[in-house]
Amino acid sequence: MQYHTPASFEEAAALAAGAKGTTRFLAGGTDVLVQLRAGMVIPDDLIDLKRIPGVSDITRTDDGGWRIGVAVSGAQLGAHAELVADWPGVVEGMELVGSTQVQGRATLTGNLCNGSPAADSVPGLVAACASVEITGPDSSRTVAVQDVPQGPGKTCLKPGEVISALILPPRGKNAGDAYLRFIPRTEMDIAVVGCAVSLRLDGDTIKEARVSLGAVAPTVLLVDAASEAITGTTLDDAALDALAAAASAACNPIDDKRGTVAFRTEVAGVLAKRAAKIAYTRAKGA
Amino acid sequence: MAKDEFKEFKLVGTRPDRPDGLDKVTGRARYGADISAPGMLWGAVVRSPHAHARIVKIDASKALAMDGVKAVVTRADFPTGLTGDAWNLQENTMAGERALYDGHAVAAVAAISKTLAEDAARLVEVEYEILPHVTDVDEAMAEGAPVIREGAADATVPEGMHPNVVKYMEFGRGDIEAGFAEADLVKEHTFKTEAAHQGYIEPHACLGQLGEDGKGEMWVCTQGQWYIRKMCADVLGLDGAQLRVTPSEIGGGFGGKTTIFMEPLPLALSKKTGGRPVKIVMSRSEVLRATGPTASASMDVKIGMKKDGTITAGRAEFRMQGGAFPGAPVDMALYCAFAGYNVPNLEHVGYDVLANRPKCAAYRAPGSPMAAFAVESLVDELCRELGLDPLEVRMKNAVKSGDQASYGPKFGSIGLVETLEATVAHPNLQAELGPNQGRGVAVGYWFNHSGETSVSMAISEDGTAQVSVGTPDIGGSRASIALMTAETLGIPYEDVRVNVVETGALGVNEPTHGSRATFASGKAAVEAARQAIGEMCRRAAKEWGIEPEAVEWVDGAAQPAGPNAGEFPPMTIAEIAGKMGSTGGPISGHHESVPEGVGASFGAHVVDVEVDPETGRTTILRYLVVQDAGRAIHPAYVEGQYQGGAAQGIGWALNEEYIYDDQGRLQNPVFLDYRVPVASDLPMIDTVIVEVPNPGHPYGVRGVGETGITPPLPAIANAIQDAVGVRVRQLPISPPRLLAALKAKG
Repeated sequence: MQYHTPASFEEAAALAAGAKGTTRFLAGGTDVLVQLRAGMVIPDDLIDLKRIPGVSDITRTDDGGWRIGVAVSGAQLGAHAELVADWPGVVEGMELVGSTQVQGRATLTGNLCNGSPAADSVPGLVAACASVEITGPDSSRTVAVQDVPQGPGKTCLKPGEVISALILPPRGKNAGDAYLRFIPRTEMDIAVVGCAVSLRLDGDTIKEARVSLGAVAPTVLLVDAASEAITGTTLDDAALDALAAAASAACNPIDDKRGTVAFRTEVAGVLAKRAAKIAYTRAKGA
Repeated sequence: MAKDEFKEFKLVGTRPDRPDGLDKVTGRARYGADISAPGMLWGAVVRSPHAHARIVKIDASKALAMDGVKAVVTRADFPTGLTGDAWNLQENTMAGERALYDGHAVAAVAAISKTLAEDAARLVEVEYEILPHVTDVDEAMAEGAPVIREGAADATVPEGMHPNVVKYMEFGRGDIEAGFAEADLVKEHTFKTEAAHQGYIEPHACLGQLGEDGKGEMWVCTQGQWYIRKMCADVLGLDGAQLRVTPSEIGGGFGGKTTIFMEPLPLALSKKTGGRPVKIVMSRSEVLRATGPTASASMDVKIGMKKDGTITAGRAEFRMQGGAFPGAPVDMALYCAFAGYNVPNLEHVGYDVLANRPKCAAYRAPGSPMAAFAVESLVDELCRELGLDPLEVRMKNAVKSGDQASYGPKFGSIGLVETLEATVAHPNLQAELGPNQGRGVAVGYWFNHSGETSVSMAISEDGTAQVSVGTPDIGGSRASIALMTAETLGIPYEDVRVNVVETGALGVNEPTHGSRATFASGKAAVEAARQAIGEMCRRAAKEWGIEPEAVEWVDGAAQPAGPNAGEFPPMTIAEIAGKMGSTGGPISGHHESVPEGVGASFGAHVVDVEVDPETGRTTILRYLVVQDAGRAIHPAYVEGQYQGGAAQGIGWALNEEYIYDDQGRLQNPVFLDYRVPVASDLPMIDTVIVEVPNPGHPYGVRGVGETGITPPLPAIANAIQDAVGVRVRQLPISPPRLLAALKAKG
């Protein structure tokens, strides 16, 4: 195994493009190192991104959004008061990943690149309309987070491409987001269902909304029908029921050791309602 | 009732620091994996990925060709001709003609590093012919089920049963039909429990060394060094006394470390490398796939009750699979089923069934939790339908000292009534319940156990004492044995050190199982101390020139028994010990026996739950354990045992289960998906120590480790029914299962 510490994303991309066998980028390492030690994925080239300047920074963008470095840990996100005030749902999703120890290492970008449909931080990013900057060997591009996962363990990244930053849009006024997941225990578990809702109010009425579901399909879903079910409403009971129905209808889950099709489908609707209520309350309070 | 009321003791009933505490919190304690030796090799095990398969060919040539790989062993390296349990152990250690479950060992490799051993194990090529498999107990005994092994049944099994039924039993008393006829309400239901693993934090680890001369050593994490010495000697064809087994500190066992799984393999590999020490440390996945969980069970129970709560008759038919070998604890389960009830008419029927799963091991009150789930759930259903208070019904039918137990013998002194009285009086019973909240109660039982015991105690030159015991400390026995020894000798607790010693140091000891260590090793240690006291009195008598009978032992010193004996100042243990070299030599005591006077323990649990009706998720709001300890030697440890039993039972009831796919492969062999409760899942578990002293023990000990895992399974099911009105008769009551039940109810 070759271990590399490039000084820039361009160099990282060039290293990856030139590598022949299995390549992994290393940031927090909470997936890569675990898979390595379990013998599941033993990379030929391990490219550590943590020496690249700026990867551990959270910075306000010119338009009022946020630029989050690829090595920013969950603990750093949680300690950033302004970011938490803007995007509490995004941060609470990330904070559910792993234990306190894991929070000191695990990153949003890593959670996204692991490609798990159950990744706790991804629905919040999708609902938030977040995007990633991708540096390739020849060029760079920006991709919406919802387009990054392509199936369990698969992403849209081409050989040689590496995510160089994560971008959250400006939050704006009268808006709120929230993420909830279902696990049988209280912590140290993987989502059986996850749901994030981000919305903006005009008075008491929802002006715009985005609803995202995790662990109910091969990838995290952006559910337009669920967003439409509550847009233009005051989140009354009829709107909540329509939201739940739309969320459940979007599910395409599997039966496995963590839950059944019927359970995931039902609980997706339940979580959508609960997350929407929290997001609504947060938007009112903003 | 609290221990503080026993004023006659200075130390028994106090809560001093645990002797192993500092080593454990600083990381100095040496567990199984911490032991290494010069020239050591690492072993890795090749395991079957199939639930049931014929082993056509094993080709280890690629592994052996690797630099640094020193040996490969397969079944061909083991002696042949074993029978009975020895054969079962050997077959489980290393598959012979067939792999019998997902994870069954088929070969093992020794190499100069752990990584190399694991790489080499992956290069051992095994050709399998996949055979039909079965993992469910009811399916395994149904017509047409794949036969795990012809001829495995013992003489108890009647003609015509499926060959997977390897043991059959029935017993009872009274007239069961007349008993049901007498009842106002008779209910009958089927209950199922899934296999649950002991879930000890420390995986199995063993360093073994075996020379060509048949002399060997093992440093190993075990609950019973003599038991595994005999097992390893049987499996490998060695002489027992030539194998010296040193137990490490132990990170949990709960019954799962009273037997062997991979432990003979380091020895077999060592012998093949000319006697180099070989270490194997199991991964968590190996622990879950290939070490013994408890059995899974399918149980029919029928109970008749009068309107006043009197139970008139009971019938239990239990079917249990304990993996591909005989040994499911169906007998213990049946003995415990109605143990708390004085019922005149009873019938018990049991089947021990083979299936393509790992060989089961003991797990904390083996069999009793399953039995309690079935019986205590059904008693609750009867109480509900008749509008009776469940604790009053249990009190009405409770067994008392001298009653004939449901399984035959007469009870000695027992404290079920006192336990129920303490339960009813607890403030948790008065806590108000909100919407979707419910309360459940259940009673549990364990016999407790004595067993072969050998203990030695020696007085040091300064008057301190060391005790050598053969029962590894899995629940505080070093502290409790030190307290009892110090109490008996009349010296401070800190002056006694209790050591768990290797097989060369004592006679045969049974493992720490059956809640026996504080009872049996404790009783033997007291006997050994008394023997030493007798010798110290003789030494004093000799110096004073009086008869030994005229000397008594008070507060750690010899003194004349009365004014007629003579006028001498007390001679302390330190004074006697300081000159023992010139007064007759070392002073020690020892005791070997199967101590008599075991005292059984009953417990009652009360749990409050809240169910999320939209997700089926159950939260434990409040939990109370009330149990008869006989006497709590170290109450903090007793409370810890109560809480630990409840925590494991809660896991078994709500989320723990073995999940197999349609190929018979275990789907959740990691703690991420084998869901034991995490700390934040549990409230502080309230405890009440009831003390009805056991007259068979010098300090009244009953043994407390096991009863506590028994009531949680039914208590939680009963609480869930109370909360949301659905009865779930299959464990675990996981959110998907409970939500489906809630949906079905509408």
